[in-house]
Amino acid sequence: MKKRNLLQRSIVIGIVTLVGLYIVIGPHGRRPHLKDFTPSGIKENLAQNIHLGLDLKGGAHLVMRVKIEDYLKRLTEDNVTAAQNAAKDAGLEVKEAHADTSGGNHRVVLQVSDPSKTKEIRDAVEKKVNIGERDGWSFSSSGNTLVWTLSGSTERTLAESATEQALKIIESRINAFGVSEPTLQRHGAQNSHEILLQMPGIQDAEHVKQQLGTPSHLELVHVISPPSPASVQTYATKEEAIASLNSGGNIPANRRVLPYTERPSLTAQDANPNVKPPPKWVVVESPAIIDGSELRTATAAQSRAGGDEYEIDFSLKKTGADKFGAWTGANINEYMGVVLNDEVKSIAFIKGQIFDQGQITGKFTKQDADDLVLTLRSGALPAGIQYQEERTVGPSLGADSIRSGVRASLLGLVLVVAFMLIYYRGAGINAVVALLLNMILMLAGLIMFNATLTLPGIAGIILTIGMAVDSNVLIFERIREEIRSGKTIPSAIEQGFGHAFVTIIDTHVTTIVSSLFLYAFGAGPIRGFAVTLVIGLLVNLFSAVYVSRTIFMWLLSRKGRRVESLSI
Amino acid sequence: MFQLFHDLKIDWLGKRRFFIGISIVLMLAGMGSALYRHKFHPNGTEAFNLGVDFKGGTVVTVRFKQPPSVEDLRAAINKAGVRDAVIQPILDKRGGFLIRVPHQGAQTSDTGENQAGVDAARTMVRQALNTFGQEAEATKPLEEDPKAAYKIDGTEAVGEVASKQLRTQAIAVTIAALIGMLLFIAFRFEWTYGAAAVIAVFHTVLVTLGLFSIFQIEINLTVIAALLTLVGFDVNDSIVIFDRIRENRKLYRRMNLYDVTNLSINQTLSRTVITSGLVFLSVVALVLLGGQTLRPFSLALLMGIIFGTYDTIAVAGPIMVWWERRLEAANKQAAVSTRESGLASGRNPAPGGRARNGVGKPSRAA
Repeated sequence: MKKRNLLQRSIVIGIVTLVGLYIVIGPHGRRPHLKDFTPSGIKENLAQNIHLGLDLKGGAHLVMRVKIEDYLKRLTEDNVTAAQNAAKDAGLEVKEAHADTSGGNHRVVLQVSDPSKTKEIRDAVEKKVNIGERDGWSFSSSGNTLVWTLSGSTERTLAESATEQALKIIESRINAFGVSEPTLQRHGAQNSHEILLQMPGIQDAEHVKQQLGTPSHLELVHVISPPSPASVQTYATKEEAIASLNSGGNIPANRRVLPYTERPSLTAQDANPNVKPPPKWVVVESPAIIDGSELRTATAAQSRAGGDEYEIDFSLKKTGADKFGAWTGANINEYMGVVLNDEVKSIAFIKGQIFDQGQITGKFTKQDADDLVLTLRSGALPAGIQYQEERTVGPSLGADSIRSGVRASLLGLVLVVAFMLIYYRGAGINAVVALLLNMILMLAGLIMFNATLTLPGIAGIILTIGMAVDSNVLIFERIREEIRSGKTIPSAIEQGFGHAFVTIIDTHVTTIVSSLFLYAFGAGPIRGFAVTLVIGLLVNLFSAVYVSRTIFMWLLSRKGRRVESLSI
Repeated sequence: MFQLFHDLKIDWLGKRRFFIGISIVLMLAGMGSALYRHKFHPNGTEAFNLGVDFKGGTVVTVRFKQPPSVEDLRAAINKAGVRDAVIQPILDKRGGFLIRVPHQGAQTSDTGENQAGVDAARTMVRQALNTFGQEAEATKPLEEDPKAAYKIDGTEAVGEVASKQLRTQAIAVTIAALIGMLLFIAFRFEWTYGAAAVIAVFHTVLVTLGLFSIFQIEINLTVIAALLTLVGFDVNDSIVIFDRIRENRKLYRRMNLYDVTNLSINQTLSRTVITSGLVFLSVVALVLLGGQTLRPFSLALLMGIIFGTYDTIAVAGPIMVWWERRLEAANKQAAVSTRESGLASGRNPAPGGRARNGVGKPSRAA
């Protein structure tokens, strides 16, 4: 019985050690070759697996500018559409509406047919649209023209808050777990709207650039088409679609013409997947039913049809669900489109009222779907990003600081090992084995979370090792106490582990509980800290308690039940 | 068997007035320093010496014909009186460096540095760089000026890395984490144990921050990480002793809490000294050999380990015993008064009359 138990434990430890070792020194994302296990191969893989931080290795240095002028322009245009709709809802006629963004001004301009209704139109608009005086817009009118102008100070406030928002969104996109240790700060004078990002690892920076380069503006729109069972109305060219609007070649404010790339049916195996079908065009209603800001969650999931395609499931916030529910309830059999970045991704007809769940289907690869989910969740950037400066920079710590830091950490480790071996003799070996395993598994854990290793991080690992030693000290001191009180060696070990185990669980779980709080409520580096700490604690429970105990069991099984001395 | 302590009989709790006195003096000194500096700015100091991570500063881009080593550059900048500069070589432009200098002067604006601050930083960095030779004329590129050794390509203000929001969040989140600990310890032991442990942690963090204010050691993001680590270390220590108290209360039912606590501290003293000693050793190695840039981090750890070990015995123990005793006394009184008024029946008499013996949830631990 005991023997089998020991065997089982040894197998578990063996497997965990091998898996851990492989994660640390093995190649990732490809099959291993024989040459991966030569010293140079291991070195290469190690360098690839362990991401060193800005302080140790340097990385990419990007200065980006938030395109505030685009943001303000879009804001003005949105207000034009909203103002026009507000007037129409109040039964007042607007002849023409446009946004005037010439000369650095931002104006909402409405032309009305009846100048005597000016006052009523203004009231109707300002009741629904935030362009009143208290919103920082000034109103003027002459004849049948109504103009709202954005004031300079409000413009600055808006631009400032858009930059701050962009900073926050970029932060949440590049650092979902908080373990990649970038630095992100405002750059330049206040009105330059620049952000400085330093990221370890050039490839990661390229990926980030790509992600930040693509805005992800999600909308659910009403597609103008005869209702189902008639198939959805599409047009072969944009011109054809515009012509169908019968408005003399212009697109009215309440309509948009968007490209629609239809998915090839999955059964068409012979179709060459590299040749995209030509885009079709559809006419949709503006404004959208709801947009990405109403999104609560989004997750990437494998397509229900199977295969390598991914789709995105999303759910809506309460306000969005109310709007969406009302619209779908009133428009059964009408067509609805999912629009991503001004491109219709999928069209479906409404079978019944939908409230807060939906899917976006459309031939996503896993990476595309994951990226898209991340950008949808963190919200759309308020405006596009323009790169002002791109550089590769070296480590922020000098070579001497790195050397001395690493040397000091190693010295600390050596001191700990030496003390354990001298003070606990035989059992010290036990502790050192547990410690080495602890280091391997801790590294493996950090690699799995894609964590970036910085110099304070290395010092932190050494400190975690100090705490790991604590578990061994607790156990060994307790075993000594039990031996002193006259127990036999096997029962002293049994009792020692039993008592120390309660304490170890209490201390570890307390810290894990507090780390969970840090993770749940924290962001960025605070999350990273919590992740690292929990990895360390879990690894420690395994190495200091399970492994150490197995070594004792093995010692006892070799010496037999009548063992009389224990090197501790 | 090589043994550190054996059969100690030190009356730790008897020295509680002395210990708590020391703690209060240390905390008051730290808070006093922070308040005094916040109000009067002696030598232009602030309550805390916040680094570029928190305050923002200026980034100076410079290019050399013959690039010096980062170490020499750092030495020159230190000599010019700029503390805690971050120097990064630019790898894709030969001889280029980014030098990040903390905000100069005491005034802080909301959005990083104003123009005067940028200019001041530029002047100071130029002064430091002149030890390597003279700057190229403003109108000429570096290569075309034969006398020049370097040229400053640009100076830009940078905002803080840790935004105000992150700062307030860090504090709020730490408090949330402490509440989490309090709840868990209360669940495993008693409320009083949880409260005592959390007060001890608070004490360590306050004393450490106080010393950072007194000695004006730079506080950057790594220091915050160190403080968070300390919170874990400190609670760890308290729980080890509490655990022993819980166990001993079951073993020695006749002994009062005061003696049990002393006994438990003494029994676990070997472990306390070994563990703290080992961590202390590795941290001392870091302080002495880890270099200047890591010093704030290693000093925070060092102080935290010293006070974290100390406060378990000196703060957490006494507070817990004092609180438990008060509760016990209150219970007794309640029990006595109910008996006197003749209401004692078979049922549990007084409100809050749950038998409080400080043992905690008894059987679960076994």
